[in-house]
Amino acid sequence: MKKLLNTLFVTTPDTYLSLDGENIVIRREENILGRYPLHNLEAVCTFGYAGVSPALMGSCAERSIGLTFMTRNGRFLARVTGESRGNVVLRKEQYRISDAERRSALVARNFILGKIYNAKWILERATRDYALRLDIPRIKKVSAALSESMNLVHSVEDLDILRGVEGSAAVQYNSVFDDLILQQKEDFFFHGRNKRPPLDNVNALLSFAYTLLSNDVRSALESVGLDAYVGFLHRDRPGRASLALDMMEELRGVYADRFVLSLINKKLINSKGFYRKENGAVIMDDDTRKQVIKGWQERKQEKIIHPYLNEKISWGLVPYSQALLLARYIRGDLDEYPPFLWK
Amino acid sequence: MLVLITYDVSTKSAEGRRRLSQVAKKCLDYGQRVQNSVFECIVDTTQFRRLKFELEELIDEETDSLRFYNLGDKYKTKVEHIGAKSSYDMESPLII
Repeated sequence: MKKLLNTLFVTTPDTYLSLDGENIVIRREENILGRYPLHNLEAVCTFGYAGVSPALMGSCAERSIGLTFMTRNGRFLARVTGESRGNVVLRKEQYRISDAERRSALVARNFILGKIYNAKWILERATRDYALRLDIPRIKKVSAALSESMNLVHSVEDLDILRGVEGSAAVQYNSVFDDLILQQKEDFFFHGRNKRPPLDNVNALLSFAYTLLSNDVRSALESVGLDAYVGFLHRDRPGRASLALDMMEELRGVYADRFVLSLINKKLINSKGFYRKENGAVIMDDDTRKQVIKGWQERKQEKIIHPYLNEKISWGLVPYSQALLLARYIRGDLDEYPPFLWK
Repeated sequence: MLVLITYDVSTKSAEGRRRLSQVAKKCLDYGQRVQNSVFECIVDTTQFRRLKFELEELIDEETDSLRFYNLGDKYKTKVEHIGAKSSYDMESPLII
């Protein structure tokens, strides 16, 4: 397995990133804020209109370092990609699957299977760890409903039915998500998902974590030579990285939701770091955003045993290993795509 | 792994001073400068061999010297810093 390299986040406004030898140099006016060798980096994420020199863009593209631009609030703006990587035969096969509804459904159902399985085990884990603080019968009921959904998914060969099952499973899971928030309950609550803009603290955190995750997934897919824009469950729409969204389904819960929960439950953030704009949108302040990014990076360094590969890897390499498995399935080396089943 | 690189390049001649700046520049490509002629580089085996080769090409073995200290992957307990000019940790979250 490859080594997980670091991601550089630039959150200071009015910075300029340039290339010096093999280094990325971050400047603000005349001061150099940082200088890092490119070979230690996996990706560079900038928040809030940092300028980047064309030479650096070229170097990043050449070394497949993902260079992403986001607004201060973490909304995606653009990313720089160089020549397409990998093998055209693989990509064409991906397009063929995407064009055939039934074949798409066969892959898509494994993404959903992973999603529901992981949601179930998030709940089961919570009942085990906090037996005295949770409404166990309520959560067990949802968990049983999720098991039923999984049984349904196994036989689905139609995308619309699959979306239906996925939707109802998501409703079930969301109905108890608020229970998993154990600390700071008056400031952090979940009464359903809202986005663009997020209207409460938890949704603001979730949206931000999903953006970080989608970046990681997108880079992972591109690095194994797949086209992140051609999906199976999510259909084509200009500018939408459908395959990245597909693969995120199985990772949202274990990767992003649990991360958000631990930020709140471990009190790594508090309500003072959030403010509301006139239109109701909830925004994080700069310090909180930094705290979240720091936590995200630390989480990526934690080691787990990959349940399918049975190999010890860092959390940060999970999107990459799933992308690799998907590529193997598309190539015909695996009979089925093995989703990431966490327990 | 973390490799510590130190060098001594004779600066008696103009040629030597030129070599000095080339060696410094090459080390900077791979890592961070922690003191004047001391660099810390996080590299894998391939990168390390390439770096070593490139540095060997630059120096004049009659007058200059290079030293490499390989501190392995678990270097964090082996490095301690006291005083000014603290360095950054290349493997912890990088947020600017």
